Amino acid sequence: MTEIKKEEITKYIVISSEKVLPADAAMKIYESEFPVKVKETCFGLIVTGLKEDVIAVVEKIRQLDKNHIFIKDRGFPAGDERRCRASRGGGPRPGFHFLREEVEMLPAIGAALDELEAKESVKKKQKEKSRIKVSELEKIIEAELSR
Amino acid sequence: MSKVFIYPINSLILSDLVERFGHKPLSMMNQVREKVTSISLDSPPINITSEDPKVGLKYAAIEVPAGVRGRMALIGPLIEETEAAIIVENPPANFGCVGCNRTNELMKYLVRSKNVPVLEVKYPESYEEAQDFVNKIAEFLNSLPKENSEEEKAKEEKTAEQEDKK
Repeated sequence: MTEIKKEEITKYIVISSEKVLPADAAMKIYESEFPVKVKETCFGLIVTGLKEDVIAVVEKIRQLDKNHIFIKDRGFPAGDERRCRASRGGGPRPGFHFLREEVEMLPAIGAALDELEAKESVKKKQKEKSRIKVSELEKIIEAELSR
Repeated sequence: MSKVFIYPINSLILSDLVERFGHKPLSMMNQVREKVTSISLDSPPINITSEDPKVGLKYAAIEVPAGVRGRMALIGPLIEETEAAIIVENPPANFGCVGCNRTNELMKYLVRSKNVPVLEVKYPESYEEAQDFVNKIAEFLNSLPKENSEEEKAKEEKTAEQEDKK
């Protein structure tokens, strides 16, 4: 019988946080004991492994500072010879320039996400305030009538 | 969950935002992964075979440069799956693998002519613009249906059955 290889995926974790460093995130992954391959880079981490494991790990890392940690898929596995600078004789790897441009914009995007979250929580609170139970309303009416 | 096409097709910010708001980004990275990590490498190192330009021919004529057809062989199938799209105008660095302007024009044209909801925004250059950018994208993504379509549900059920059999 032929053995079916389980799907392996790779994700970039790009960290633009004041609280979390790539090294902290890497330590968190080592602690979690998921069987994934981690590569630390200047902008964050590259994680390769089975789909379920990578998704679980990435979500765990995102929760460290969810509005300032960004995630995207990567086609090539971490350390792949076809892309790795070590085997290509140095220089930025293909695709790095656009990532670098986007990384410069991440603090602003993170701040915008913070603001959006704050607005949503205010909206929720306002909604909660506006709800009055029927029993409470009855009490208020009775109190008013008994005056 | 809607399948959202993003332009630039390899954007970190867009693919993260789409995933953050509960949808599936249709990005180039997944297409590349299927090519370079499949078990049988027909044409090393990156597995581009003579079949790929044929796929590209569906979207661009034979007299169009081979690069456009090659790119469309990867991007075209994504456009067919598209249920919504976010197009960012003036992205900062449009060079390298995604720097082919003709492909980008064709890609945007095909998406716009597909009659799916499309959000067009400008790439932010300041904190204020970033807020506007994120708010618009959040509003757009929240307006899309969150539940899986019937086809997807059927697919999921099939894969679950296959896993049970194993």
